[in-house]
Amino acid sequence: MTGDYGALGRALLPEGVLVATALVVILCDLVWGRGRGRESRLQASVLLGLLGLVAACAVLWQEGVLGEVAAGALNLDFLAVAVRVGVVVLSGFSLLTLVGGSVRSRPAEYVALLLFATVGFLQMAAAQTLLLAFLGLELASLSLYVLAGYDRTRSESAEAALKYYLQGGVSAAVLLFGFSLLYGLTGSIGFREISLVLVSHPPGALGAVAVGMVLVAFGYKVAVAPFHLWAPDVYQGAPTSSAALIASASKLAGVALFWRLLWSGLGPTSGGVNLLSSGPGGWVLVVAGMAAASLVLGNLVALAQRNLRRLLAYSAIGHAGGLALGLLAAGEVGPGPLFYYAATYGLATVGIFGCIALAEREKSCETLEDLAGLWRRSPVVAACLAVFVLSLAGIPPLAGFFGKFVVFAAALRIDGLGHPAGWVALLAVVMSMVSLYYYLIVLKQAWLVVPPTPPRRMAVPLVASLALVAAAAGLVVLGVFPSILLGLF
Amino acid sequence: MSLLPWIPYVTFAGALLAYVAGSRSARAGRVVALLTALAGLGLALVAAAGFVPGQELQTLVNRAWIPELGIRYHLAVDGISLTLIVLTGVATTAAVLFSWTVADRVGEFFALFLGLIGGVYGVFLSADVFLFFVFYEIAIVPKYFLIALWGSTRREYGAMKLVLYSFAGSGLVLAGVLWTYGSGAAEGFSLGALTAAAARLSPVEGGVVFALVFFGFATLAGLFPLHTWAPTGHVAAPTGVSMLLAGVVMKLGAYGCLRVALPLFPDAFAAWQATLGWLAVAGIVYAGLVALVQDDFKFVIGYSSVSHMGFVMLGLATGEREALGGAVLQMFSHGVIAGLLFAVVGRMVYERTHTRDLTELQALPLHRLLPGAAAIFVVAGLASMGLPGFSGFPSELTILVGAWRHHVPWALAAGFGVLVAGAFTIKVMQRAFFGQLRGAADATRVGHAAEHAPMEPLTLPEKAGATLLIAATVIVGLKPDLLLDWIMPALQSPAFALTLTKGHP
Repeated sequence: MTGDYGALGRALLPEGVLVATALVVILCDLVWGRGRGRESRLQASVLLGLLGLVAACAVLWQEGVLGEVAAGALNLDFLAVAVRVGVVVLSGFSLLTLVGGSVRSRPAEYVALLLFATVGFLQMAAAQTLLLAFLGLELASLSLYVLAGYDRTRSESAEAALKYYLQGGVSAAVLLFGFSLLYGLTGSIGFREISLVLVSHPPGALGAVAVGMVLVAFGYKVAVAPFHLWAPDVYQGAPTSSAALIASASKLAGVALFWRLLWSGLGPTSGGVNLLSSGPGGWVLVVAGMAAASLVLGNLVALAQRNLRRLLAYSAIGHAGGLALGLLAAGEVGPGPLFYYAATYGLATVGIFGCIALAEREKSCETLEDLAGLWRRSPVVAACLAVFVLSLAGIPPLAGFFGKFVVFAAALRIDGLGHPAGWVALLAVVMSMVSLYYYLIVLKQAWLVVPPTPPRRMAVPLVASLALVAAAAGLVVLGVFPSILLGLF
Repeated sequence: MSLLPWIPYVTFAGALLAYVAGSRSARAGRVVALLTALAGLGLALVAAAGFVPGQELQTLVNRAWIPELGIRYHLAVDGISLTLIVLTGVATTAAVLFSWTVADRVGEFFALFLGLIGGVYGVFLSADVFLFFVFYEIAIVPKYFLIALWGSTRREYGAMKLVLYSFAGSGLVLAGVLWTYGSGAAEGFSLGALTAAAARLSPVEGGVVFALVFFGFATLAGLFPLHTWAPTGHVAAPTGVSMLLAGVVMKLGAYGCLRVALPLFPDAFAAWQATLGWLAVAGIVYAGLVALVQDDFKFVIGYSSVSHMGFVMLGLATGEREALGGAVLQMFSHGVIAGLLFAVVGRMVYERTHTRDLTELQALPLHRLLPGAAAIFVVAGLASMGLPGFSGFPSELTILVGAWRHHVPWALAAGFGVLVAGAFTIKVMQRAFFGQLRGAADATRVGHAAEHAPMEPLTLPEKAGATLLIAATVIVGLKPDLLLDWIMPALQSPAFALTLTKGHP
């Protein structure tokens, strides 16, 4: 038994580091920060938070792949470790958007909450029982609700938090109900055991209900249509760094969690590979439908947006369709393409929010027109924005292009057009043509439009511009050498 | 060890350098761009001097790139790609010379310009379809900014239309290639692996996938009725970029059809052949007739480009070896001549008279005000009409002969297209350059532009650029074997064998 606890301790060390860091951040602010200005308190909190994330990353690197621990409750396989590193990195970039952003009140608590959310993500990446999965999901979600509503000076922030919270609460309840049905049907909470029981005793209508409930929660977490409605309001209202976290790390962790749950837990109910033979409870068909709806709805509605953040939200809904497609393909080719897509997508998104955070230091950055003249205000920020946006649009040699390419290739590889994923992949190609239009509109404002009043050059903190350049360079390097990530799997 | 792989590297490096230099001083940016273009041309000519024509693609670099998908970084060259690389070198050098007057954000202009050209060189050197596609898309996005920032006449509309058409075309290609890869269970993305995979598709599937790939590429080549981006885009673009668009970018599409679509799907090609031929002929005639009634000088040249690219597509559609060779020769010829025509319209005439309206130009005796430009345009016009002694003659003749052998009505219709091309060229020549000042009414209508103040004579960069392009068309016109000796052996390659036998039984 002692050996088991040792392994568990090692497995949970990154979480421990982050929780300890969060407490240190709060304490430090309480003791050292008393009577100091907001600016220095923010900087100290961000610095400590970053140190904690770096330490967690180092621990993850050190421990490597541990395999199953605690009797299979956690599975620290390759994907888990990759996702854990990925969410820590993305949380770090989200934290860095605070550096350039406007200083708000209570910075230490904000950083601590962000770290708690990251702990939730770490759990989601590795959880292999229903209970731990739900715990990780809720820890992350509760932190994100508060982060979304953190800016008390803007009513949009409160609105965003409330919408996010209400829909999140409902989806969590639905998921929990689904979990209880699964437990009732199979008598187990371990993914592996559930899968074994489902093979020997194919579930009936009740099983289909349970699977449907899981899919609702998946749709909510990754913002796949028709469960995407929270996304535009949250992207618009939440503080920039919160939106960055919700759009990047949260999605990566969510995708990993549901990959594990759907394939290693509910794999037997995925339905046949062939279009015609999928029986009742075949969730592959449902996810394919959700992916198609998401691709069409996200990309078409994004065309009509005038608000930059809402545009990003709809583009995110479109990309969620791509992620769902990657989830389908992962059953055949493994999670490599899905991870590549989700990680590079997160990096590009967090980068865009970083650019927004810098741009809104001096004047608001809400509509597309607010970006006008960005190249005069700061060529570096405008250039990085171009890299991030073009990566989302899928222009080589940036990582976003290869992410799409490898996911579509994997989806078509399952069985050509004999499998619904093949059709969705072709639809996704069409939709990525549509998406170039609105991405170019963003870049047109940033690079072409000359605003009526000549803009002043904006001051960009060195750390913030270094972070942006690092993220942009990451997208270029991963795009040119995708085997760095893909070869791991 | 060939120098060819260095051409795209040098060009991309030159793009960065031009950005840095151009943001310090405009002159430095121009010089860097010109040196980069000359370096590309020089490397291409050195490689061409040592080139031994052969059937197979001659591998230059071939190493594993993304082993998970069987993708290799494979650069190779044969006579067809070498022809187009030399064309790119010539057209780029000339286009930089005719962009000498760009004054606004010079660094960014030449950085985007050379970035585009780096992608073009990359496409012509790629032997792996994935790599081909990556370079192909690299060449798309810079066009938007080049046109929308430095263009004229409805530039944002033209830029967006052009880029969306290009991207939609490349999306069709991507869908087709991925479909082949997935359904046919290809080992990788090399031309050979995809050909094997394409053979495993059902005939119906093959037909659909061929259509996706061929029409995807043909969008960029300006095949009727997918050509509508071309006139608006060419007119909106700044002069140097129009020269590149018509000169080399449209060739990317035609080259994609020839290199990827035709060898991969010989059966589907045979099934689609009749449609393709008629579409090409329709493009030749329709665009020529439209050019006949334009009032904007640049639109005439824009539509003439579509018409001449129709000959390339007709050559491909015949599925006949000589005509395919003629199509490649026509790509070279049109690249040079269209560049020259756009240079005269955009740089020599428009920047001095500030009008492109033919009615206004008609009221100006430009042959007296700008004798140099008039002379150059006459030469370019004669070349464009396909007169003997210029490169257009051997290429269009071989294509017509091939079309005659395959399907006589095509040749008759295309021959009518040649007459139309002659008509609109002479008409525009006469209206633009040999008009008369017909009295006071005209003088007031055209305003101060009509004053007989001597216009700025042709500058050195203009003369140099025009000389380069005229020399290219005359040399190839007098001795087409220079290029055909490279091109024809490449068409003997086994990769084309099945397509040629199916296409021309």
